[in-house]
Amino acid sequence: MTAVSERPAEAASNERILTLLRAREAGIALLIVIVIAITAIKNSHFLDANSLQQLLSGAALIALLGVGETLVIITRNVDLSVGSVLGLSAYIVGDLFKYHHIPVWSGFVVAIGIGAVCGVVNGFVVAVMRVPSLVVTLGMLYVIRGIDGVIVSGDRIDPYSIPKAFTAVGYRNLFGIPWLAIIVAVVVVVAGYAMRSFRSSRELYAIGSNPDAAALAGIPIERRVFSAFVISGTLAGLAGALFLALHTQIDNSGGLGYELTVVAAVVVGGVAIFGGSGTVVGAALGAVLLNTINQALVASRVSAFWNQAIAGALLLAAIAFDRWLSLRVTRTLKSAEGAHRDL
Amino acid sequence: MTSDVVLHKNNDKGKREARNSAGANPAGAGRPPLWRSALRWESGLVLVLIAVLGYGSAKSSTFTDPSTVFYLGINTGYIAIMALPMTFVIMTGEIDLSVASMLGLSGATVGYLWHHGWSIWPAFAAALLVGLVGGALNGFLVARVGLPSIAVTIGTLTLFRGLAEIMLGALIVPAPGDAQFPDWLQNIGAESIPGTQLSWSLAIFIVLAVVFGVVLHGSRLGRSMVAIGLQPEAAEFAGVRVKRIKFWLFVLSGGLSAFAGILLAMQNASVSYGAGTGLELNVVAIVLFGGVSIFGGRGTIPGVVLSVAIFGSLQMALTQINVSAEKQNIVTGVLLLISVIVPNLGEVSARLRSRLRRAQPALSGSTAPSDAAPPPPNPRRKATS
Repeated sequence: MTAVSERPAEAASNERILTLLRAREAGIALLIVIVIAITAIKNSHFLDANSLQQLLSGAALIALLGVGETLVIITRNVDLSVGSVLGLSAYIVGDLFKYHHIPVWSGFVVAIGIGAVCGVVNGFVVAVMRVPSLVVTLGMLYVIRGIDGVIVSGDRIDPYSIPKAFTAVGYRNLFGIPWLAIIVAVVVVVAGYAMRSFRSSRELYAIGSNPDAAALAGIPIERRVFSAFVISGTLAGLAGALFLALHTQIDNSGGLGYELTVVAAVVVGGVAIFGGSGTVVGAALGAVLLNTINQALVASRVSAFWNQAIAGALLLAAIAFDRWLSLRVTRTLKSAEGAHRDL
Repeated sequence: MTSDVVLHKNNDKGKREARNSAGANPAGAGRPPLWRSALRWESGLVLVLIAVLGYGSAKSSTFTDPSTVFYLGINTGYIAIMALPMTFVIMTGEIDLSVASMLGLSGATVGYLWHHGWSIWPAFAAALLVGLVGGALNGFLVARVGLPSIAVTIGTLTLFRGLAEIMLGALIVPAPGDAQFPDWLQNIGAESIPGTQLSWSLAIFIVLAVVFGVVLHGSRLGRSMVAIGLQPEAAEFAGVRVKRIKFWLFVLSGGLSAFAGILLAMQNASVSYGAGTGLELNVVAIVLFGGVSIFGGRGTIPGVVLSVAIFGSLQMALTQINVSAEKQNIVTGVLLLISVIVPNLGEVSARLRSRLRRAQPALSGSTAPSDAAPPPPNPRRKATS
């Protein structure tokens, strides 16, 4: 009797939670559409291919960093070094183009390699030496930015020293969609699929939800957290190459202050800052939403000075909404449990 | 001179913390007593400070100049003032990343009102009020609504800076046509307190540090904060008003950041919306290097004061011998990393050793079960709880 009545209740509550979670990404997407629609009414040029392409390229870098950051935050850690890693890899690649004329493809390889090395250092100190990630990556933020500054030492890379084929990634389109956005979309889709379907990625969620339980369940926490940091660093390295392709110039300030923007986008995208929940797609949408709002303000001739304040208010709203959502989910679960007990 | 005082205070505090940990944190029973690591930490900082001072005086001929103290105060004083409430906030297991934006917003408020013809004292009062209200917003969202402070204060970091930007835009106050700020106030950036080499900001920091030290290490409130950081639930059950204390700590943090903003505005004799951008991470770095645990519950004001002295004098020394700002960044980062890695080394090697032991099947018996499932020593990896 109980077994029979248990199923529907559980299924119903599961379904409701799923709807709520799905509503999260749909909600952000809807918000993006609304912002675009309102802006388009005010300024019809906002829907021009050109401005939409700009919008996607602008969001792409933050979205890419957001993918790695999501993996890290899901394990109940944080990576504050992504902005510095981006700056370092972008400059070194530019430097190699300028003084060593390396082939275009190797620019990407170098960028990814630099990012991976930074990620390995972060991951090693956090996972193996068990130092709080906030402190480690804060320290690495300074160290990597410092190394960057020493390498740059007042120099800068100008557009003419970067191969045309490389910067093409930054401005060329495929069927009207910027290459930059396509590359990032591929990463988001692959990572999104992996986070949904692979055992090792599901274990990241387990670690973030309850580290003790994850350890008891035999999940190799060290290895998983280590990998999350390596992936985050690697993607930040790739983002450095794309940054260079997009901006076609770089000095020692590339990616300065990106770390908190990325965390903000990820949180707006529904990734819980304490780990255990959230999706890569949501994080990418969060980045797109923040950038859409920026562009919308520009297009509707609201002074750009309003940008930050609105982004901040939005972030607070997103966090509050998350809280409300999780309270509702808990209540749903509890009432389902209660109903079951009554039987 | 400072080292005696500091060590003495530490001894005192150590005993108290040991008692505290025995009472409030049964979970930490396996760890070595807190006071021992605390004592070692501040002694280490004293040694580092001596090394930095020795290095500075050896390498730079101007380092021993009395004016070094003054410029150290000008460069570090306002940051150090924000480090004090940050210490309290981190002690309770939270974090406030909005301090530097609040510093900018408070300066912008002064500038905006001055630009619109207010006189200086009402403008100061308004800026302080802005700080308290902003802090109350943080406190409300964290303590009452129960949102994670790291996310909330990243939000208010953006919000406060944005409000400053809305107020001033590209304006730099005093703009052409505005009156200059009153002379005697602007002079805090150029003149020390008569008869000393202390800048006003550094002097205020020292006074505040004494007050904060007494509160943290000698009052019921301070013990409550330690208890909250160690075990919020246990503290709640022990009758500590966790939410109220956290709320007021954020208000305090907002208020003092606003105060630091006013100081910086007068020191620079000009205001733009971007003042202090990115400083929040410097403040956090200083506090953590001072031995305050990012998980809360452990840390001392003397440690933070030493950390301020180390960072301040290191910056002076490196600048005087023309080390670039970039290289100074590396030094800051490496110091921060060392400060968290070194205390963990013992634990890491112990873990590795126990793993090796487990790998040898002959050595079974009493040691094996205890090592069978090593609980992660950092269940609360993140900054906040």
